[in-house]
Amino acid sequence: MTEPVAIKLTQCGKTWPDGTRALHPLDLEVSGGEILALLGPSGCGKTTLLRIICGLEQADAGARVCFGHEDVTAQTPEARGVGVVFQSYALFPNMTALQNVAYGLRVRKIPAAQREQRARDMLRLVRLEEFAERRIDQLSGGQRQRVALARALAIEPRVLLLDEPLTALDAKLREHLRVELAQMLRGLHITTIIVTHDQDEAMILGDRIAVMSEGNLEQIGTAESLYRAPATDFVGDFLGTLCRVRARLSGSVLAPGSESITFRPHECVLSQPGSQGHTATILARFFLGSSVRYEIGLEDGQRFSALAPPDSRYTTGDLVSISLAHH
Amino acid sequence: MNHSRIDTRIGTAITLAVAAFLIGPVILSVLAGLTKNYFVGLSSGLTLRWIGEVWALYAETIWRSFAVALATLAICVVTGVPMAWVLTLHRGRLARAMEELLTLPVAVPGLASALALIVSWGTVSGLRGSIWFIVIGHVLFTLPFMVRAAGASMTHADLTTLNEAAATLGAGRIARFLHIVVPNAMPGIVTGALTVLTLSIGEFNLTWLLHTPLTKTLPVGLADAYASARLEIASAYTLVFLLMLIPLLVGLQWLAARGDRRAPLPVNQKPRP
Repeated sequence: MTEPVAIKLTQCGKTWPDGTRALHPLDLEVSGGEILALLGPSGCGKTTLLRIICGLEQADAGARVCFGHEDVTAQTPEARGVGVVFQSYALFPNMTALQNVAYGLRVRKIPAAQREQRARDMLRLVRLEEFAERRIDQLSGGQRQRVALARALAIEPRVLLLDEPLTALDAKLREHLRVELAQMLRGLHITTIIVTHDQDEAMILGDRIAVMSEGNLEQIGTAESLYRAPATDFVGDFLGTLCRVRARLSGSVLAPGSESITFRPHECVLSQPGSQGHTATILARFFLGSSVRYEIGLEDGQRFSALAPPDSRYTTGDLVSISLAHH
Repeated sequence: MNHSRIDTRIGTAITLAVAAFLIGPVILSVLAGLTKNYFVGLSSGLTLRWIGEVWALYAETIWRSFAVALATLAICVVTGVPMAWVLTLHRGRLARAMEELLTLPVAVPGLASALALIVSWGTVSGLRGSIWFIVIGHVLFTLPFMVRAAGASMTHADLTTLNEAAATLGAGRIARFLHIVVPNAMPGIVTGALTVLTLSIGEFNLTWLLHTPLTKTLPVGLADAYASARLEIASAYTLVFLLMLIPLLVGLQWLAARGDRRAPLPVNQKPRP
């Protein structure tokens, strides 16, 4: 097996012909064998960045894309050796699953027997060997996704790119395949970039997460570091819920004040109102199974959410005091 | 009797009347071609004599029409399909203008196009007297139908995404066109081919000016027969035309239907869970 290559982007920006900036010039480095999740809302430029890496989109002048020590900026997509799994999978409907997987080898003029062997190996890897002769419209969504992955892997790509690989599937299947895909990708040791708008997907699949917003790279780091120490409110909000209030902390108790305090809903501890601190009102209560979610209102009209253990028994209209754990 | 039954009967009656109006003349014409003496009527008896005479007089025009139609079809496929693909890939203002320009010969009267062709190319030696002069006219007139039909199929099958996928797998332009674009646009290409073939075989307006006495096609020969021969011969000629055209049309429709059944699902269609 060849040594995985690093991806290095330098000053990669993209301006559409009409002048809109899809991507502000950014630098990004993904080390060899690493799995990076590009996370952000739709229209943040993450798919554009992916298309620049595989050569389907040309970045603005001055940008550089390097795979290892090789500058591939001027290379066509067909020369780059990048495996891409498209959001719609883009499987060829005129071919069987096996022919789809073998296609990259066919255009590389690899002898028929050899390419069929390799294509079957790839289908075995994604556990679809018995579906080799099926036409694409005879496969389920999850099977199509796996054929697309097998097809991208068959060419022994230097770099693997996945554009929203699970978005086209329904919720239950998505949850199941997320874990399966994570395990499979970890075993491949290929430098991989996954584009997603789903924070859970990013956290499970990515070794690191790069959060993007409006064409900018907001922050990059492990899921844990981003969650615990978000650099911007946007990052904090996108990875889970971030509550923000104007108050001050008296000890750990939330009290009237003018400091900006941010915290996660599960960090709130509710108790009987005491002599000090804000007196808060329970505006609504939702039982979620593993927790109870409260909508909390402060006397000055500020509102936020709090998560409490499932045995928490406050009801709408109760008065409580809020303190923040681990803050 | 309730209203819906009356409605159904009126509807059926209207349909039958329209069908009779359309098919009646065809049947009359066919019968005329088979009657010994049309002015005496069917009582004069039936004969295949007129068909024999048509064959003797005009067999050449029939084969020529097929040759012209096949040559037109070949040129339309070879140029029209790549043209449709280029127009699908580049949706700019220039592409739109090209598409409009391409459609122009359909809107311009055939006689005017033919005149323009004669003025511009009529003096090229050897061309004016050959069937290729007619083929050029037919291509001009039928090409937009091929481009439109193939282009619609390409857009429908989301071929731009499939093309990108093939590119990332290492396929060059020509491989992508032959392996991915053509097979997945096949329903549109077959529809286009059907249209081109039928339009070319029946084309009269352009051909009337473009032909020479040595390059008569079937429709021109038909006009000739109506003008100069017995009504029975002209009618028998129509019959021959129908006999040749109907199996061709049925065959092509069958091909198109088969193509539709095997037509690819649009890529963005939600897969079965």
